[in-house]
Amino acid sequence: MQSIHYSKLQRYALFILRVLIGWYFLYEGLAKVFTPNWSAFGYLMDSKGLFASFFARLAENPAWLEAVNWINIWGLTIVGLMLVLGLFTNIGYIGAMIFLLLYYLSHPPLLFAEYILPSEGSYLWVDKNLILLVTVAVLMLFPASRAISFDSLLFRKSR
Amino acid sequence: MKEEEKEINNQKEDKTPSAKEVSQGRRDALKAMVSVPVLGAMAYGVYRKRKAESTLRDAAEMSRFRTDVVPYSPPSPDAEVIRIGIIGFGIRGTQLAQGLGFATPEYVDGLIQQSKINPENTRYQDFMEQDDLRVMITAVCDIFDTYGEEAVLAGANIHREGVGGTLGPKPRRYRHYKELLAAPDVDAVVIASPDHWHGTMAMDALRAGKHVYLEKPMTWTVPETYELRALARSNPQLVFQLGHQNRQIEAYERARQIIERGLLGKISLVETGTNRNDPNGAWVYPIHKDANQKTIDWEQFEGNPDRIKEYMDYMTSAGLLKYVGPESREKFSLERFFRWRCWWDYSTGLSGDLLTHEYDAMNQILRLGIPSSASSSGGVYFFKDGRTVPDVLQTVFEFGDKEITMLYSATLANQFSRSRKIMGHDATMEVGNTLKVTVDPQSEQYRRQIDQGVVKLDEPFYTYLPGQSVDAVSTATERYFAERGLLYSFISGKRYNTTFLHLKEWLDCIRNGKQPSCGIDQGFEEAITAHMGTRAYLEGRTMYWDKDKEEITRE
Repeated sequence: MQSIHYSKLQRYALFILRVLIGWYFLYEGLAKVFTPNWSAFGYLMDSKGLFASFFARLAENPAWLEAVNWINIWGLTIVGLMLVLGLFTNIGYIGAMIFLLLYYLSHPPLLFAEYILPSEGSYLWVDKNLILLVTVAVLMLFPASRAISFDSLLFRKSR
Repeated sequence: MKEEEKEINNQKEDKTPSAKEVSQGRRDALKAMVSVPVLGAMAYGVYRKRKAESTLRDAAEMSRFRTDVVPYSPPSPDAEVIRIGIIGFGIRGTQLAQGLGFATPEYVDGLIQQSKINPENTRYQDFMEQDDLRVMITAVCDIFDTYGEEAVLAGANIHREGVGGTLGPKPRRYRHYKELLAAPDVDAVVIASPDHWHGTMAMDALRAGKHVYLEKPMTWTVPETYELRALARSNPQLVFQLGHQNRQIEAYERARQIIERGLLGKISLVETGTNRNDPNGAWVYPIHKDANQKTIDWEQFEGNPDRIKEYMDYMTSAGLLKYVGPESREKFSLERFFRWRCWWDYSTGLSGDLLTHEYDAMNQILRLGIPSSASSSGGVYFFKDGRTVPDVLQTVFEFGDKEITMLYSATLANQFSRSRKIMGHDATMEVGNTLKVTVDPQSEQYRRQIDQGVVKLDEPFYTYLPGQSVDAVSTATERYFAERGLLYSFISGKRYNTTFLHLKEWLDCIRNGKQPSCGIDQGFEEAITAHMGTRAYLEGRTMYWDKDKEEITRE
């Protein structure tokens, strides 16, 4: 068995990164929880690129829209909690990546795409969603990010 | 750097835990919980933020309403069928028929074609999904044969199909509106004739015992305004609705509630206007290729002799003969037939056509009533096509009792978008499909909130977006979407045509004996107000309203 060794600093850095990303997701979720009638409608309708019609169709179907709203509000909150606590971290990572992938695909920073929702930076093909997506993938692939987590306790005790 | 190197995957399978391992376990448990305080920090942050937001909402008193705006209730499928006669099947008559659910097969084909070319164009779908109002068109009348025949086809197109579809029974086409009014199989009439016929036809319809939906403006001459009101009042069993469909706009009802609660403070000035910049907007409508002396009943177009006499008496007595004509009323003219709005001989000009919309909206929101005075100015500045009505008009109404001035400012040669503004001491409201309230920097009512920074002076304090049941202080993004119309289909997945709703209200009132929102009293106020503006323009002096005598006077 190959054992990988990390310095304390490396482990803390990965831990902090995980908690910060978790914080970001958690607050995105909570902000929606506390916004009366929050809806993804406008965001979905503003979609551009290859999948724009798919996202628009989601928005226009009331039942689907309700599901999308629910998944965003509670999904973001739960993923955030998972990453902050390090509880079922892998599921959290996968959830986070799915969210980020969908956000990226619905609003790809294409050459000539212009969004109604103004972005806070300038992007071409690569945006912060994509970078965050890869960051989460890196965290998932470096288990040291779980050194400080409920998972490490849980899965140790269960054995 | 001499760091302690550590193995992560250190799950060892020892059977008996040593003292060292127990302490290791405790350390791991503590370590696992290192990030728990992060949640505490999040909870604290969220609590603080929510508290700040609730202060903001407290300040946003105007976002809370006593009542919700009346929800839409579809017509009952077994409601009694009302038999309708349509008088006038020009531009507006066609639209009104569509509001009732009837269109020519050619028109339906056009809608289908448009939806094929542009899948985002949902007009076909909207028209097909428009609720059945339980009406039957049994009679139609238009003095231009082509329009008359189109009206017959529209009335028979009960399944809303394209060319080649199955038609229902054809309504009878009458050549003269009086014949239509005499028909026993007509319960109610929709009148969409030129302005000079409005009052006369409405009065004849009431005399014939028909319910009336009359296009605006209510009247062409001042004397007929009183006559029509008297007749409508003496026939309360007949439902009279004037065609100001703005009465159905949800945002206006919200605006009224906000103002009634004094949230704008003392209102001193209201600014409205019209900006259009194309021939169609200036009433230069196309002339139909089939139109000629044989296909048009010119004699009937000329007008009712009593009305013409009232018109000529006023124009003569006020020294305004230069505004009459220039062609004689008897002379057949395609321009005058299709573009009648350009001549006082048939029209009420900007005042009757467009000012009335603005005035009625403000009368709905502010309960203005008839102004104490009106002054106007303007002229024919752009469309030098022989018209007598102005294409630029400014009218200022004073509402003395209420201490409010309403300005109407119009040009038909520029379409810059100017919002309607209701200006109060504490805030300004912009009224459109959305409502925006911006707090005034000098406001006293909101002084505390301004000082606390709760109210930001550089952005609207309150925005009402139609379709949201809870009016939270909306985000910039939401406003952004709403202003681009993206939010409207969100209302309920269905957008209602206000003309449809206005007709529906009229029919509902006929069925249950209630009074509609734009009845004879609102109509009287609309007509007198418009006439005061028109007379002020024509005579070049201020017109006054003698409230006790109910008369327009010159001093």
